[in-house]
Amino acid sequence: MRKSLLSAVAVAALMLPGTAFAQSGGTIKIGILVALEGAFATGGADGVRNVELALKQVNHTIAGKKIETVVAPTDTKPDTTIRMARKLIEQDKVDIIIGPLSGSEGIAMRDFAKTIPDKVVINGISGALETTWVDPAPNFYRFNLDGSQWGYGLGSYVVKTKGWKKVATIAADYSFGYTNFMGFAVDYCKSGGDIVQRFWQPLGQSDFGGIIAQLPDNVDAIYLGLGGTDAINFLNQYQQAGEKTRLIGGTIMADQTVLTARGRAKDALKGTPTSGPFAADNKDPAWTSYVKLYQDGFPAAQRLPSPSLFGLGYYTATLAAIKGLEAAGGDLSNGQAKFKAALNKLELASPVGKITLNENRQATGTVFVNEVVDGPDGNMTSKMVAKTENVTQTLGMTTAQFKALGLPSRDAVDCAKLRAGG
Amino acid sequence: MSVADHAPRLDGLADQRSWSARIPLPWWIAAVVLLLLPIVANNFWLFQVMGWTFILGMIGLSLMFLAGYGGMVSLLQMTIAGMAGYMVAILGPSGAAVSLGLSWWIVLPAAFLIAAAFATICGALAVRTDGIYTIMITLAIAAAFFYFTRQNYTIFNGYSGFNLVLPPKIFGVNWRDPVAFYYLALACAALCYGAVVYLARTPFGLALQGVRDNPRRMAALGFNVTAHRVAAYALASVFASTGGILLVWQNAQIAPGTIGISAAIDVLVVAVVGGLRRPLGPFIGAFIYVILQVFSTDILGFFGFAADRFKLIIGIGFLAVVLFSPDGVLALWDRWRARAAAQKAAAVTGGGT
Amino acid sequence: MDNFLTRYPLWSLIIIVLVAAFLWLVLATWPAELVASWGRKQIFLNALLGGITLGALYFLVAAGFTLIFGLMRIVNLAHGSLFMIGGYLGYEIALASGSWLLAFPIVFIVVALIGLLMQRFIFSKMEGEELRQTLVSIALSIVFADLMLWWWGGQSYSILAPQFLQGPMQLPIVSNVNASTGAIIWLRYPSVRIWILIAAIVIGVAMWLVLNRTQLGMLIRAGVDDREMLAASGVRIQLLFLAVFGFGAGLAGVAGIIGGTIQSLSPGEDIRFLLSSLVVVIVGGMGSIVGAALGALIIGVAEQMGFVYAPTYSIVFTFLIMAAVLAFRPQGLLGARR
Repeated sequence: MRKSLLSAVAVAALMLPGTAFAQSGGTIKIGILVALEGAFATGGADGVRNVELALKQVNHTIAGKKIETVVAPTDTKPDTTIRMARKLIEQDKVDIIIGPLSGSEGIAMRDFAKTIPDKVVINGISGALETTWVDPAPNFYRFNLDGSQWGYGLGSYVVKTKGWKKVATIAADYSFGYTNFMGFAVDYCKSGGDIVQRFWQPLGQSDFGGIIAQLPDNVDAIYLGLGGTDAINFLNQYQQAGEKTRLIGGTIMADQTVLTARGRAKDALKGTPTSGPFAADNKDPAWTSYVKLYQDGFPAAQRLPSPSLFGLGYYTATLAAIKGLEAAGGDLSNGQAKFKAALNKLELASPVGKITLNENRQATGTVFVNEVVDGPDGNMTSKMVAKTENVTQTLGMTTAQFKALGLPSRDAVDCAKLRAGG
Repeated sequence: MSVADHAPRLDGLADQRSWSARIPLPWWIAAVVLLLLPIVANNFWLFQVMGWTFILGMIGLSLMFLAGYGGMVSLLQMTIAGMAGYMVAILGPSGAAVSLGLSWWIVLPAAFLIAAAFATICGALAVRTDGIYTIMITLAIAAAFFYFTRQNYTIFNGYSGFNLVLPPKIFGVNWRDPVAFYYLALACAALCYGAVVYLARTPFGLALQGVRDNPRRMAALGFNVTAHRVAAYALASVFASTGGILLVWQNAQIAPGTIGISAAIDVLVVAVVGGLRRPLGPFIGAFIYVILQVFSTDILGFFGFAADRFKLIIGIGFLAVVLFSPDGVLALWDRWRARAAAQKAAAVTGGGT
Repeated sequence: MDNFLTRYPLWSLIIIVLVAAFLWLVLATWPAELVASWGRKQIFLNALLGGITLGALYFLVAAGFTLIFGLMRIVNLAHGSLFMIGGYLGYEIALASGSWLLAFPIVFIVVALIGLLMQRFIFSKMEGEELRQTLVSIALSIVFADLMLWWWGGQSYSILAPQFLQGPMQLPIVSNVNASTGAIIWLRYPSVRIWILIAAIVIGVAMWLVLNRTQLGMLIRAGVDDREMLAASGVRIQLLFLAVFGFGAGLAGVAGIIGGTIQSLSPGEDIRFLLSSLVVVIVGGMGSIVGAALGALIIGVAEQMGFVYAPTYSIVFTFLIMAAVLAFRPQGLLGARR
């Protein structure tokens, strides 16, 4: 009872500053929605770092208005994400949200964005196709490519350059696994490749011995769409079983999480082609200057050796927010109409090349094909071998053709049909 | 702490005063404060903080009912809440194609019934063994259901779960409007609370407490021990389901993560921190948990920690409670009041001589 | 044995037929029809061996858990955390010293010490309060998990097996016969897993011998059956408790190194191995070492077979087995009825 009283007092006390902030007109508040708990903690922290890095370039001031940031940590569960987003909007009174980080959070935020039509949400680095493809929210912007775009370009590379025309695939049995696989498969099948067998692995399945034994002998390579711990477990057991078949990696199969994992399991990846939204050794000045900015911006102990996928996503999103706000003259009145219009027609010069938005507010941009090689310090690193520019959300097809593929699922993409040109 | 040692006080049974006079003054004040809260608090506090507190409190209450009166510490309550929530999403309208889109007057009873049936089956499995086994078996069942929902796409829509699960517009009210939702959650919580207080004094509730304290004697007296325990699971499912359905409406979504293992353990933390002895405990625990969770950045920042150490704070807090005040913070309050009363009494007698 | 045959002729027949069919599946060359419906024999054998070796790992984790429960009635839900700590420490030691084998004794001692501290300063203070002990162990597991995440981060760690255990070895089991040449292809299987299986069998047999053939084992068995009586008969039961808790914890730590070698370590593995231990001991029977071995074998093989032949729901199978055991034999397959 007395507790209830106390809580009522606490309510009043905590409520007041919220209202006070809303009235101060000279600042723009940006909420950073980012996973800081669990396995994504390292990537999430890099995201926050990159938002600050981007804002530092404009001295935290745009069109005469001061920029303030509020960090809202999530644990990659969509319900936590919605809770924290609501805190940002209702308690911290932010004007713009940058985030979230992972796929199912993105879909949840798409629907949350519809309930706050006067605010803008700019995606952090979440990559689910559905976020901007199925019933998109008019105020949700994504300046990074989605999971299926990340897989695009790899298929034609392995067929045309490597000549691997028959693969079996092993991928994670959840939405990102399907989506990333779809991007690979569309391009691969169209280029004339054949997928002879598909295996879907439940998340957190840590013993792959049975699957490794099932892999067909007569294939040119095996596509692996696993990530994180599952990827490490697979590679570890693949080596222990003495298997030698060549590998093709999905985007998170050979990302920094796997390449910087402790132990020798990742050595099995040597020579594996993979694709994703950036290349660590890209020679493009836009990229090299960004990496330098990042490395100079923080002491070595407080950052990663080079920006991560997550960091890049949040950096690009913040960059888009800055450019948009500049174009709108910092004017967020009238439901942020000017800001939204500016974002819609933005041509963003990002560290990974030009990015434009389509009618779903989804980015069109460049996908890089990398190959895993030995790094200078005994670690593995990746080397850029090809890139595909202007990859659209529909993977180069018309909207109708892409719709006909269906949403990513266990059996999406009819390879034979695509190979025949359908 | 063995729950069995502390029978909730059964005073008031013989009390002949009118019901309004029996309720002590602080309760009236609490009721007025809670009813008038929307005048002072902003939407975030109403919808998010208080709404979530009531929801978590109800799920914790179902655990408190089982543990406090039945002596069965079940980690299943979040799973049962999730089952009801899932049913609302599956049978009713949502953003996913799997949903059937039936109208609410079919969906809600069905959700309660299915969750109750599920709770009864799981309860029947869990009561095959007793004592400390319960916690292990329910944890394992909770994990099984979590994995199943994550893998099943035809019914539970797998990893992605359901989005855009919105409450129906009953009586023309948008129940997701913060004030409406606040009152809805408050009313449900009050009803559940009242139901538990009432149930504890019914013949069934007394028999259940008897089963908790001495199952053998109760069996000898002709009570069906197993039936009482299973029935307790079924009854507790109503409170958990109410919480679960409100939770889905509040978040507008449900996914396997909502009912994961850490969520199941969080419910236990909430109930234990608040106190497993009294129905009020889980609500107090839920309030503390929600405040810590929502303001973790601000609180941890204040103590110079990074925001990602939230779990550490929860863990240490929980550890401190079970080590030093096993009956939760409510027991601390009791102790403090008892000491104050003793001091007062001492002062009075001291003054008299 | 004869007794069983005469008493349950039907069951005996079924068991004999099943064992024969199983042996045939393992040893014979599969005819084409079987291959067509079940896939290659190699797949079956791999799933089977994978299950058995996984079962060996589960056994090492669950053995300590079941021993601690059997003697002290402590459901130590922080057991998975001890597994993880052991794994991480093993990684650090193996990396620093370059010796995988050296990690085992050190990790055993360090994790056993952690277990001793837990028992001495926490669990022994609340003896008899089973629920409170369990709650404390949950709290400890939350704290440990976050401390480990803080220190070791969210990355995956895999421990490199030493040179002589790397790669596959040839087993004397026919995998396939080359159709054109008629040459026999022997089964190749990761050698590290075979050696871990052997090690687990050795440890299991040693535990059984200690429990059943020594003075110490007699005391422990007496404690499992009737703790009060044992204490009353003048045995320094607290010392016995400490020894068993330390041994169980150390065993979990050692299992962590093995888990980190054949799988990998990352946040969340603690819960996974805790769950598998729970299921194993519920199926096998609480407090029974042989039960833990049987349960681990069943769960490991079921998991791998399910994974190969019905991957979508493989994770759920183990829990179905648990539910079935609970429904028909709640004390577990080899558990004593209480």
